[in-house]
Amino acid sequence: MRNTWAVMKKELKIYFSSPTAYIVISLFLLLAGFMYYVIVSNFSLLSLRAGSNPYFSSHLSLNQSVYIPFFSNAAVVLLLLLPILTMRLFAEEKRQRTEELLFTLPLTNTQIILGKYLAAVVVLFLMILATAPYVFYPFTITRPELAPVLTGYLGLFLLGASFISFGLFTSSLTENQIVAAVFSFAILLLLWLIYWLTYVTSFLGDFLKFISFFGHFDNLSKGVIDTADIAYYLSFTLVGLFLTYAVLEVKRWWR
Amino acid sequence: MIRAENLTKYYGNIRAVEDLTMEVPDGSILGFLGPNGAGKTTTMRMLTGYTTPTRGKAIVEEIDIQREPLRAKRLIGYLPEVPPLYPELKVRSFLEFVAEVKGLRGKKKKAEIERVVSQAGLEKVVHRRIRNLSKGYRQRVGIAQALLGDPKVLILDEPTIGLDPKEIVEIRALIKSLGGGRTIILSTHILQEVTSVCDSIAIINEGRLIEFGKIKEVEEKYGSTSLEEVYISAISRGGEA
Ligand SMILES: Nc1ncnc2c1ncn2[C@@H]1O[C@H](COP(=O)(O)OP(=O)(O)OP(=O)(O)O)[C@@H](O)[C@H]1O
Ligand SMILES: [Mg+2]
Repeated sequence: MRNTWAVMKKELKIYFSSPTAYIVISLFLLLAGFMYYVIVSNFSLLSLRAGSNPYFSSHLSLNQSVYIPFFSNAAVVLLLLLPILTMRLFAEEKRQRTEELLFTLPLTNTQIILGKYLAAVVVLFLMILATAPYVFYPFTITRPELAPVLTGYLGLFLLGASFISFGLFTSSLTENQIVAAVFSFAILLLLWLIYWLTYVTSFLGDFLKFISFFGHFDNLSKGVIDTADIAYYLSFTLVGLFLTYAVLEVKRWWR
Repeated sequence: MIRAENLTKYYGNIRAVEDLTMEVPDGSILGFLGPNGAGKTTTMRMLTGYTTPTRGKAIVEEIDIQREPLRAKRLIGYLPEVPPLYPELKVRSFLEFVAEVKGLRGKKKKAEIERVVSQAGLEKVVHRRIRNLSKGYRQRVGIAQALLGDPKVLILDEPTIGLDPKEIVEIRALIKSLGGGRTIILSTHILQEVTSVCDSIAIINEGRLIEFGKIKEVEEKYGSTSLEEVYISAISRGGEA
């Protein structure tokens, strides 16, 4: 436990003493903020027009028209940015030859993997949290439903955490950070595209929806907590971490 | 105590180390010699548990490093061939990380860091980022890291490479003073280093151990008092065999 903590602290120090964390966090705020701005502007236009139409305006909800699209757009931004956050975690240890220290210190592979994973998760947490000021701003003016916003955040966090476990895995495969990022991006993109298929095919539709990261995001962004969705994200994370573990075990023979 | 039992490492068809057996007793400082590519680094990597041997065992204080890696690794301080440093970190943060992983906390951690900082002559650079250090200072940070926690076994891959002459003398004196009770293996290409620091030598060529023993005994065997002559004739004989 303490060793995991030590590894996590080391990774966080590296994140915040190089531009990586700052760049990823600011890009996220910038892109998500821009999307939020567009969505909100669009919504206020709609509200103005709806003012004269009582039926229409009663159907206009901030949750429906702002938060749901915001969270799904933010999820796509995470898909783009998290591979950049995770690409260094193992690849750079290999390139800088620091892994020769890491793997000869009294640390288990599990401690190393969890320490690195948690460090990236902390950065993810901070970058999601940083959107709170503008996301919660409308609460000072009107009364949207709080629960769906909170579960939307939970969904974003769980989604990001499973992205990170796959980024960690691809980083363990190579000493080239770019290769790690591109490979992880490709995997995440594929899982996203699979979700699109569910719109056009009913055959396998449920299965594809089950496999894809995003199929499980919908409920959460609508305020529905289904244990199946939570379990899905946790198992996907475990799969990513386990694959990383397997790579490290096999690599012991080859270095 | 460090023991290699039939240590063998192949990278595909490339033979790096073949059937290497030796035992370095407590309190001994062993100079590990051999031409470039002889297999010194690979042997040290197997002894420290970095890489898994194709065959054979690496044993530290009667603990098999493959079977009980954590227990064995707690006893070892290792300086790899390339000093393993995180360029983004400050020297102090780096040493704190290593100290924490070696199980040092609180006051003990602080005291240990101070000790190795002064032993490796790092006082002037503790608050600097590793990225900005000169090569010699990086090497010293690598040495300091290995000394943390006062390990019973030290494995140093070319410890004085890149140091200035004054520092070389100091680090050699340091390594020598660490002897007594500890077991140290250091690889080097400087024979003078072996005569001034070590009590025994191992010579390896093309992955095979060709000479092993107390320096005096080996010199007697070759009928020479110059380690240089011993080394050269051992290597050329090993080549013919
Ligand atoms: N990861 C690896 N993959 C393939 N071959 C390797 C690997 N590591 C070492 N070798 C080979 O194993 C042999 C022994 O290398 P090693 O680095 O152990 O030699 P060395 O005695 O430390 O040499 P030097 O004095 O130059 O440091 C060399 O032929 C080297 O090319
Ligand atoms: Mg070497």
